[in-house]
Amino acid sequence: MSQAAQRSRYVLKRLLQAIPVVVAIVVVNFFLLQLAEGDAVDVLAGEAGSATPEYMAQLRQKFGLDQPLIVQLGVYMKNMLTFDLGYSFRHDMPVAQLVLDRLMPTLLLMVSTITLAVGFGIVLGLIAASNLNNWKDNVISVFALVSYATPLFWVGLMMIVVFSLKLRWFPTSGMENVAMFYEGWDRIKDIAHHLVMPTLTLSLFYLALYTRLMRASMLEQASMDYVTTARAKGLTERRIVFVHILRNALLPVVTMAGVQVGSLIGGSVIVESVFAWPGLGMLAFEALFSRDLNLLLGIFLLSALLVVAINLVVDLLYSFLDPRIEVG
Amino acid sequence: MAFWRRFCRNRSALIGLVILGFVILIAASAGLLFPEDPFKLVGRAMSPPGENGFLFGSDTLGRDVAAGMAHGARVSLLIGLLATSVAVTLGVLLGALAGYFGGWIDDVLMRLTEMFQTIPSFIFAILIVAIMKPSINSVILAIAVVSWPAVARLVRGEFMSMRNREFVQACHIIGMSDWRIMVREILPNCLSPIIVTGSLMVATAILIESGLAFLGLGDPNIISWGFQIGAGRTVLRSAWWVCTFPGIAIMLTVLAINLVGEGLNDALNPRLRERT
Amino acid sequence: MNQSKGTTSADTRDESAEPVLSIEGLHVQLPLGSERAYAVEDVSYALLPQEILCVVGESGSGKSLTARAVMGLLPAPHVQYEKGRILFQGEDLVQASDERMRQVRGSEISMIFQEPMTALNPVMRIGDQIDEVIRFHEKLPGKRRRELALSLLEDVHLPDPPRIMSAYPHELSGGQRQRAMIAMALALEPKVLIADEPTTALDVTTQAQILHLIRELQVKHHTGVLFITHDIGVVADIADRVAVMQHGRIVEIDTVERVLNNPQHEYTRALIDAVPGLVPRPVKTDSGEAILQVRQLVKTYRSGGRFLGIGKPQKEVHACDQVDVVLNESETLGIVGESGSGKSTLARCIVRLHSTDSGEIVYRGQDLCPLDRAAMRPYRSKIQMVFQDPYASLNPRATVGRILTEGPKIMGESTREAENRAREMLELVGLDVRAFERYPHEFSGGQRQRIGLARALAMRPEILVADEPVSALDVSIQAQVLALLADIRERLQLSMVFITHDLRVAAQVCDRIAVMRLGKVVEQGPTAILFEQASHPYTQELLDAIPGRDWSRRRIEAARG
Repeated sequence: MSQAAQRSRYVLKRLLQAIPVVVAIVVVNFFLLQLAEGDAVDVLAGEAGSATPEYMAQLRQKFGLDQPLIVQLGVYMKNMLTFDLGYSFRHDMPVAQLVLDRLMPTLLLMVSTITLAVGFGIVLGLIAASNLNNWKDNVISVFALVSYATPLFWVGLMMIVVFSLKLRWFPTSGMENVAMFYEGWDRIKDIAHHLVMPTLTLSLFYLALYTRLMRASMLEQASMDYVTTARAKGLTERRIVFVHILRNALLPVVTMAGVQVGSLIGGSVIVESVFAWPGLGMLAFEALFSRDLNLLLGIFLLSALLVVAINLVVDLLYSFLDPRIEVG
Repeated sequence: MAFWRRFCRNRSALIGLVILGFVILIAASAGLLFPEDPFKLVGRAMSPPGENGFLFGSDTLGRDVAAGMAHGARVSLLIGLLATSVAVTLGVLLGALAGYFGGWIDDVLMRLTEMFQTIPSFIFAILIVAIMKPSINSVILAIAVVSWPAVARLVRGEFMSMRNREFVQACHIIGMSDWRIMVREILPNCLSPIIVTGSLMVATAILIESGLAFLGLGDPNIISWGFQIGAGRTVLRSAWWVCTFPGIAIMLTVLAINLVGEGLNDALNPRLRERT
Repeated sequence: MNQSKGTTSADTRDESAEPVLSIEGLHVQLPLGSERAYAVEDVSYALLPQEILCVVGESGSGKSLTARAVMGLLPAPHVQYEKGRILFQGEDLVQASDERMRQVRGSEISMIFQEPMTALNPVMRIGDQIDEVIRFHEKLPGKRRRELALSLLEDVHLPDPPRIMSAYPHELSGGQRQRAMIAMALALEPKVLIADEPTTALDVTTQAQILHLIRELQVKHHTGVLFITHDIGVVADIADRVAVMQHGRIVEIDTVERVLNNPQHEYTRALIDAVPGLVPRPVKTDSGEAILQVRQLVKTYRSGGRFLGIGKPQKEVHACDQVDVVLNESETLGIVGESGSGKSTLARCIVRLHSTDSGEIVYRGQDLCPLDRAAMRPYRSKIQMVFQDPYASLNPRATVGRILTEGPKIMGESTREAENRAREMLELVGLDVRAFERYPHEFSGGQRQRIGLARALAMRPEILVADEPVSALDVSIQAQVLALLADIRERLQLSMVFITHDLRVAAQVCDRIAVMRLGKVVEQGPTAILFEQASHPYTQELLDAIPGRDWSRRRIEAARG
């Protein structure tokens, strides 16, 4: 079998393996909904101010809420298959449409954050490991330690105080300056300008994480036997570090990057609500305040799917880096 | 004790221990230092730090920020410890069973932890608290629910490698029961990574708790650092101190716990230390 | 290989030639607080061109560190050079610049290591790893470099060199990886090849092939080889001259004939005497009746598996494939085989650590296979095991006393009885009774094996299954533990199943031997008969591969007069 065919089989296999996870998440979602006090009809009735018990019973029948739990689960799963996530009465819109509208800003924030955190994390970890115990290593290590301990929302607020309110370098909130009606290149520049602070805030913690991981991984690899072999071959230290150690040291970092995607989305709820970034996280924050459970569950589901997708990409990337993974 | 000597050789771990000791002291004596209810309005609103008898200033309603911080230390440490205890207990139990027996228990557990790795844990925690109504119990439960899989995976791995060690096989051959092998022979040998992970988890738990409280999902009757920051963000322009000082408190506490945890790691696994 | 030696470089070697490498008064420091101040103390020796100089010694003798010092690869900062000269073709390498050392390494002096799996970069193709050496030392166009690499792989007799070029290390077998390492080391025709225990991690038949290859290439390329080993048998097979090291010092250095046949230093004599003599035990005529019969035993490991029909099919490994062996009362049955032969699986099936797929394990008329935990209980103590790894076989968190008393207590003895029994056993295996209160880490490897033996004996077994009980030990300790085992077996009238990869040890210990290969018993019979007239070609292959076989034979003949 050719390499390409093997790899597409591998992707297919990983996709199929993701199915039970997605199903499990849908089931968890359903039961969380059941756990909540009151159902959609109670919410509707609450909205309307007053409703007779007869009318509510009628509504329950209409929505199928009087059916046994297992039937409701079946209906729920069927709805999920067609990406029907229910209806948000608060926004008066289908949940699916709401969350899809907010997907792009979150994706933008995540991609820029992952790039920044992983990229700089690798570089900083590399610098720290190759200057072990001198001032560069110490500065980087202390920076990583402190960043690792700082709550995201506080970093965001402090950045607003310093860079928006005092220095006026960056806008405090939003994704773009809607009132200016920018178009084309100007609009991209405007969005990028708004993107800086949320990205920095969200990536700080992960930057610290990957820096520490990369440093430890480099040090571990440097003590391996194959490094001694490389020295015995008469290679320069430069080549040993950048060709032999680096590629092996990257493996755990890439694995970790995949594992952390889920927590990154969690972090984006906080960062988006601090900077009023109009993504899924901000939507979740709004849903939380308006007690719009249906919407919250929809966001939860979509973000889980997003993690599954990104993990698949990471796995594929990993299979290129580590030949020991059997893609066949 | 050799362990204590190794721990003390690590300067940053000692610094962490001192900071942590200070935070614990403040938490323990919060009732003495600030006998009043921290929610009580005790003076002029929006007083900057050092004025009107407020060490760290007062907030929009005239509550003492310093008093809130002292009482908040109790909440943070309490929730961190309790949530971690629940998560570690659950994780050790399930991880040990899966790692020791393998088979279907292991399959189920691995699928479960895979699911937990996939779902965004913070959003899951938000959902649990939102559905159960915010209270100290729901917050502890939510943090424990999203934290145990990491412990389970760790313990599973340890048990799996231990179960094939020759000394464990020797126990089988003299007819020892599975339960006794797990508790008396294997568990003591994987305590150090569990202790290290547990201590680092306390730090993570404090961060999650502050995040939840910041979003307004804390127990409404209890003051906490996250709540103070969340309440103060509307007045960021005019009263920066309301957000700033509780944030520093979180940072220092989490940093101190991380330093102690790393110190424990180095002291409990001296071989790892020598390599670098 | 054994034949090749006499006709090769031993004749072409020029005793009067200038040494290509000479070490003079080398001192290498150990960190403060170590057992001794120097890892290598006042070591001097010279390597002549075109000879193989073996440096032999037990673990901790400083033999490897001397070689590392030559390459300038001491594991800093713990271990540091202190004084002495390392002259390579008259140039002192200690004084050489980093730049000059890089030139020397890999092109003029190169090195191969013990564990070829970890010594190769796991994520880099073999071809690239070879190409790297050539590229860093010679200016050659890519096409020429590839041709050179291919011919190197051809020289080390690897099949299908183009395929090997694009393979990753994990895709090759242990022997193939070591061949690739050798190809890499010899790429630029170095003057000196340092081989640091290059065959220790390999199976005995592979070891013989690699030794043969090193000798062949050494002659072909006129290389001086510094060969580090702990195995006197290997020395006998490959060395022209021998240096014996103990505690960081050279105690004796001379030609291989003189050192092995007429050792001057008492340590050398002890080392040589500790080598099992290859004298098979006489055929036992008074064997009792069968105490344990293994009949048609099958054990298959399955791994992996398809997920919804996608992916590789399940892998099956037949660890034991219709195995039949018999253990008679008060005899020792050897199970001999290379890695992957299923010998350890068989041992673990016998002590009921593993379940079996089919077949019978009959102890005094009772088939143990169908018994559940409770039904097994009365038989548990009858069959006990001694393990290979002295470091993994004792719980590091338990005192020796607890380790020894747990078993008897489970069998229903009172604490007092169990403790008395434990103390008795400690004495029996030659340990101080004060060991009772101590923890395993306070003991040496050999002492730990004694504790492991005491644990098994405390159960009052009739059958002892010993799984490679001495292969992790230095040769002098190995001899002591083997003597102890023999003594205890006689005294307690035990029957023993002795698992080993080492036919030399088997010859010394076992009354009968079963040879296993890929899960099957290919041949079994009394040791003496097996050694004289092996009927299966694989047994013959194993016998031929025993390192130092010819030398041992000559010794035996000389001893007989």
